[in-house]
Amino acid sequence: MGVLKTLWHKLGSPRWFYDMSRSWSMIFGILAVLLLGAGTLWGLAYAPADYQQGNSFRIMYLHVPTALVAQSSYLMMGIAGVVLLVWRMKLADVLAAAIVPIGFSMTLIALFTGAIWGKPTWGTWWVWDARTTSMLVLLFLFIGVGALRDAITNLETAGRACAVLAIVGMINIPIIKYSVDWWLTLHQTSSFSLVEAPTMPSSMWAPLLLNVLGMYCFLGAVLTSAVRTGILKREQNTAWVNEVVEQELA
Amino acid sequence: MSEVANTSDNTASRSTSVVVVVQPSDVSIGKQFIGQLIRDLKIGFRSRGDFINPLLFYALAVMLFPFGLGTDATILKNIAPGVMWVLALLSVLMSLDTLFQRDYMEGTLEQQVLHGAPLSTLVLAKVLAHWITTALPLVLVSPVLAVMLYLPGHAIPVLVLSLLLGTPVLSLLGSIGAALTVSVRGGGLLLALLVLPLYIPVLIFGASATAAAANLDGPGYAGQLLWLSVFMVLSITLAPFAGAAALRISLEQ
Amino acid sequence: MFFDSFSAFLEMGGHGFYVWLSFGLTGLLIIGNVVHVRMARRNFFREHAQRQTRRKRSGTVPSNSGQNQQHKATEL
Repeated sequence: MGVLKTLWHKLGSPRWFYDMSRSWSMIFGILAVLLLGAGTLWGLAYAPADYQQGNSFRIMYLHVPTALVAQSSYLMMGIAGVVLLVWRMKLADVLAAAIVPIGFSMTLIALFTGAIWGKPTWGTWWVWDARTTSMLVLLFLFIGVGALRDAITNLETAGRACAVLAIVGMINIPIIKYSVDWWLTLHQTSSFSLVEAPTMPSSMWAPLLLNVLGMYCFLGAVLTSAVRTGILKREQNTAWVNEVVEQELA
Repeated sequence: MSEVANTSDNTASRSTSVVVVVQPSDVSIGKQFIGQLIRDLKIGFRSRGDFINPLLFYALAVMLFPFGLGTDATILKNIAPGVMWVLALLSVLMSLDTLFQRDYMEGTLEQQVLHGAPLSTLVLAKVLAHWITTALPLVLVSPVLAVMLYLPGHAIPVLVLSLLLGTPVLSLLGSIGAALTVSVRGGGLLLALLVLPLYIPVLIFGASATAAAANLDGPGYAGQLLWLSVFMVLSITLAPFAGAAALRISLEQ
Repeated sequence: MFFDSFSAFLEMGGHGFYVWLSFGLTGLLIIGNVVHVRMARRNFFREHAQRQTRRKRSGTVPSNSGQNQQHKATEL
């Protein structure tokens, strides 16, 4: 407990985090390359084809990991918002700002791959199924947070306003998800869902697991790098940033 | 520049002539709520534009659909629940700009924050007044517009009820967005971007209740109305706090 | 390997276009994100060096060292 408490206090110092995370980006990056490389190769070339969907099911190895990471990113942004508003931790705001572009990209990939997957499976590029619809809503939630941050010029106000918005969005996501699911049972168009986890043999889901882990590592790598740059920007007028810059340039 | 200052002076003197805002922090929350509500209602009904424009937008936008789709009664009847609900939602959204704008420009809002008045009570009172002056007229006029779109008569009470339950949720959720964007220049479109995704559940259940009522053979509409009531209770209890936090942040800079 | 030949692998039983389009787009967006964060970092260092140069020019430090630093920044 005491260890956690000191860690929490240390997190309040951006400089401490900057020094700590020096090699994180590299470690996460290497892990991401290894996991995503192995999972993708396995999924594309070695996993058996789906008896119903044929080889198009291999798109799942991108769709599911990116959808998971996208949702986790929004959740992270909401939690960072709580931490910023309650404890006024600067690092949380830097993190929340860093999440927007990567979260948006992940949501976009999940949407694209879902649409492309839909074409051979259902015969249309777009189907209002639960997964793609909630991804579409998530995309707009990310765009909203990004736009609000861009619109407010004062850095601190922008961060706090985005925190409120992210928290409101986080509370609403389950409600939106439930409503969309309910709405789809009303207007049911598709006969089977894309991913039927329990019926998948291990040779099919093992590559998926690798790609999910790999995608989280990729998120970790991108976020660490973006947060480190964000810290330097926020603290650019301090002596320690000058020192860091001089060391890196030397 | 002097012109701008002049007009804002005018509005300031006009609203201070309505009610003098003196709220010592020891006044009870109930009294503060009622005082704010009455003040905002008076201003709301007095400035005719804020009050009439959403209503006109609603009527005009509904009128556009027969022009676009033709006057075939079966088509209009089928799209009526969705159209009425989507347009009501957009009208509420368009009216939200004015929710905090005037008080923000005049500096009234800042004074109230400095006075230490409980902001969530203030937000709830302002939203209620705003709802009464902008959304309630929409609800009241919706039966007329519904008839023009050939919505069956037995569905009209359900449409009105669903709007009565749903529009307060729209106003309350929208107040969070309005509070966040009050200091942003030209924040209207941004406001739409922020709150429209949050409106989806209300739209789903509101339109579906009306459609279910129009279609006698289909499933009932009680469940949808219950869900709308749940959303209303949730948003009344939670949204004012989020709105208050957002206002405080917007006023800080 | 699940496929008999490399061409069968590329063809994906007629679904090649969809599968490779998905993986291509994903690859592009992933690379885009990596480039974005690296550019942001590089830009910060360049801008910071320029700021330092300006500060040093207006201050007591001779302009020579400032130019030096800018040179380093472009090398980065």
